[in-house]
Amino acid sequence: MILQIQNVSKNFGGLQALSHVTIDLPEAQILGLIGPNGAGKTTLFNVINGIYSPSEGRVLFLGKDVTGSKPYRLAKMGMARTHQIVQPLNELSVRENVMVGACFGEENHGMTRAAEIADEVIDFVGLDERKEQLAINLNVAQKKRLELARALAARPKLLLLDEVLAGLNPSEIAGMVQTVAAIRERGVTIIMIEHVMHAVMKVSDRIFVLDYGQQIAEGTPDSVSQDPKVIEAYLGDPKLAEEIATRTN
Amino acid sequence: MFDILLPSLVDGLMIGFVYGLAAMGLSLIWGVMNVINLAHGPIIALGMFGLYLAFNTLGLNPYLALILVALAGLLLGVLIYYVAVQRVLTAPHLSTLLATFAVNMILIGIGTAIFSVSPYNVDFSMGSMDFGPVRVLWTRVAAALAALIATGLLYAFLFRTRQGKNIRAVANNRVAAELMGIPSSRVLALSFGIGTMLAATAGGLIATFFPFTILAGGGYELRSFVIVVLGGLGNPLGALVGGLILGMLEGVIPVFMQTSWVPVIEFALFVFIIIIRPSGLLGSRV
Amino acid sequence: MKIYTKPGFWLPIVLVALVGLWPIITDNAANREVVSSILVSVVLASSLNILLGYTGYVSFGHIVFFGFGAYTGFYLMSVQGWSIYAAMIMAGLVPAFLAFLLGKAILRLRGAYFALATIGVNEAARAFIKNFEPMGGSVGMQLNFKIYNDYGGAAQALWTTFYLMIAVTLAVIIVSYLVRFSKFGLGLMAIRENEDAAEVMGVVAPDSKTWAYVISAIFPGIVGLLFFFKNATILPGDAFRLHLSIETIVMVMLGGAGTVLGPILGGAGYQRLRGTLLVTPLFRNIQLVVAGVLLLIIILFIPAGIVGWLRDRFPSLRRVLE
Repeated sequence: MILQIQNVSKNFGGLQALSHVTIDLPEAQILGLIGPNGAGKTTLFNVINGIYSPSEGRVLFLGKDVTGSKPYRLAKMGMARTHQIVQPLNELSVRENVMVGACFGEENHGMTRAAEIADEVIDFVGLDERKEQLAINLNVAQKKRLELARALAARPKLLLLDEVLAGLNPSEIAGMVQTVAAIRERGVTIIMIEHVMHAVMKVSDRIFVLDYGQQIAEGTPDSVSQDPKVIEAYLGDPKLAEEIATRTN
Repeated sequence: MFDILLPSLVDGLMIGFVYGLAAMGLSLIWGVMNVINLAHGPIIALGMFGLYLAFNTLGLNPYLALILVALAGLLLGVLIYYVAVQRVLTAPHLSTLLATFAVNMILIGIGTAIFSVSPYNVDFSMGSMDFGPVRVLWTRVAAALAALIATGLLYAFLFRTRQGKNIRAVANNRVAAELMGIPSSRVLALSFGIGTMLAATAGGLIATFFPFTILAGGGYELRSFVIVVLGGLGNPLGALVGGLILGMLEGVIPVFMQTSWVPVIEFALFVFIIIIRPSGLLGSRV
Repeated sequence: MKIYTKPGFWLPIVLVALVGLWPIITDNAANREVVSSILVSVVLASSLNILLGYTGYVSFGHIVFFGFGAYTGFYLMSVQGWSIYAAMIMAGLVPAFLAFLLGKAILRLRGAYFALATIGVNEAARAFIKNFEPMGGSVGMQLNFKIYNDYGGAAQALWTTFYLMIAVTLAVIIVSYLVRFSKFGLGLMAIRENEDAAEVMGVVAPDSKTWAYVISAIFPGIVGLLFFFKNATILPGDAFRLHLSIETIVMVMLGGAGTVLGPILGGAGYQRLRGTLLVTPLFRNIQLVVAGVLLLIIILFIPAGIVGWLRDRFPSLRRVLE
């Protein structure tokens, strides 16, 4: 198990954001994390990533108890993430942005090697032309690719992707899904928060469903998409519910 | 000991009301638009000079003159907002810090050129009364009353008038307020103006206590920071309470050690509270 | 990293070297004094730039390091009889240590709160030094002129001090450049842009910030000692001239925060402006108004400063204007 989330709860004052969440994640698996808006998915990422400490429960990464560890400690152990709302380092170039990932991740490279890795990864995500541009000048889709490049440059063992498909058109989605699968082929474990249902169902090995901070379903994409509790949770969004029910690809 | 302590405490308490008033101005601006007005000090000093001028050249009763000072403070604040603050509101926080600091420098520079660094004095006394070991100066009492009245007016304004409600709306969620048709830019200008108005008024009141120089504002500015942090951001009542606490501390400390250690203690208190309880002792309202 | 191959490195070095050589070549003590004050400003601005420009933390208390370093060194030389070279080392180390301790307390504060805390540091430092008797209290300290004899007599000592100032200035530029293009510097800039995202990427922000603060504190103290040694006297009001903290910020912003060349141009330019205004009787007041207006214009219209603006406008010059 690369990641073990044991009975994690998180509350903010009176708001119970997560309740008794337990997940066992084996290596090189893609776990799809879904649930309606406000279900606590990003909060869970923040707990795994060390931005929040859980109110209850433990997080184990690579067998070590990292509950309450700071984000930089987790980065140095091999965890990387993208953010739902992109967080570019605005006044730095695309290249410098990605180099930060390579320099401060687990592999701890020096500047020269980091620049080489950065160039490779930037090529991989298709931002090559914009390498020297300042991050602030990119459009949103490009910033999302930058987020991914930064995370990849750290060559993480565990990659947390937060709505990496949001705002992409269908062919871009298909391309990104292929990329995610390719990343997994390299041995990286991935957790994906997604709303683009057909994509996440297609690429994930397992699905975990959150609603109101609680786990309401878990299993293969097939079994989850037919789970009545899941469909009901999404019933507020009939389009999505229909998508899940029919599982179109 | 008691004989020395009690008068110091009472004196400090009454001055504390005025400290609270000044801090309220800072707290309002900070709370509404997340701007720390580093021109706060010079504006307090200008309030002092405003009162001096009104008193000496116009021969007005200080408490009437205070109204003029308040108005002047309001106008000055609105001007500062439009010239220096509005443009950098959306820039990184530190831009507003540096912008208001630039205004601070400009005001001090102009003030020094006009008034030099000599001490000025408002020669006004309403006598005093003795309550046992405590001698109460009526100017202090009047100032405390004025501060309380100002607080009451502020609350009435914020909670009973439409402009006041607009301010609270913008403070709460600027985008939503704009969507509801509230002219946020004008509201922010008004808020800034009210903040500086309170500062100038406090300055005017302090002028009735002690002699002052153009540089006197700095010390009160630092106290205002400490009080805002003590009392909680955007919490006017907290500012008043914080002012009282600080006033009392300042009255009491010199009994035990050299007065020049007071800034050091205030700084330590300030940092201590920021680290331990950033939302202030009374909790922030924003 | 082969910095000596980069034109962006040589430009600031050559500029400072030329400015420093001018009084030496003309053998003119008046020129030397003018350049001395420029060098002090350059050192102050460049060192502050490491914290302000690279890391994005605004400190209103930079002059405190200048003052503490100067006082430490002066005390060691005039009371304890140390040599200037040893005193220079301590003048750098003591403020650095102070920065380390101070940093532990206040670097955890973000943005505006940190800035406010540094304002408080300024105030506290002023009060402290005025009361601190072993270092002369409000009267300060005087240097026994005999000490100049150890350095070849008063005239020679002043020139030696000048050479040392040039050396310190060159040192701070080299350090500034090295930090800028190092992994450490990249981490600092990541913190400046987005501290939370930087931590997520693995930048150990608390440590990096502390180092930035410590490094920024070393050079002001050393150049402070040289400055007051030259003057043979030190007073609290002069060593902790708090306006200088603010003016240093103006210098950095004017020249271009976050660049190597910026603080140099800003420091030199502002110092010359000040010198020109020194002639008018209204100097003190006008100076502050001018500085304030300058700062306001920069913040409102050219926040990237001169060098920043040039780099934007003429991208081809970027390799030279670092």
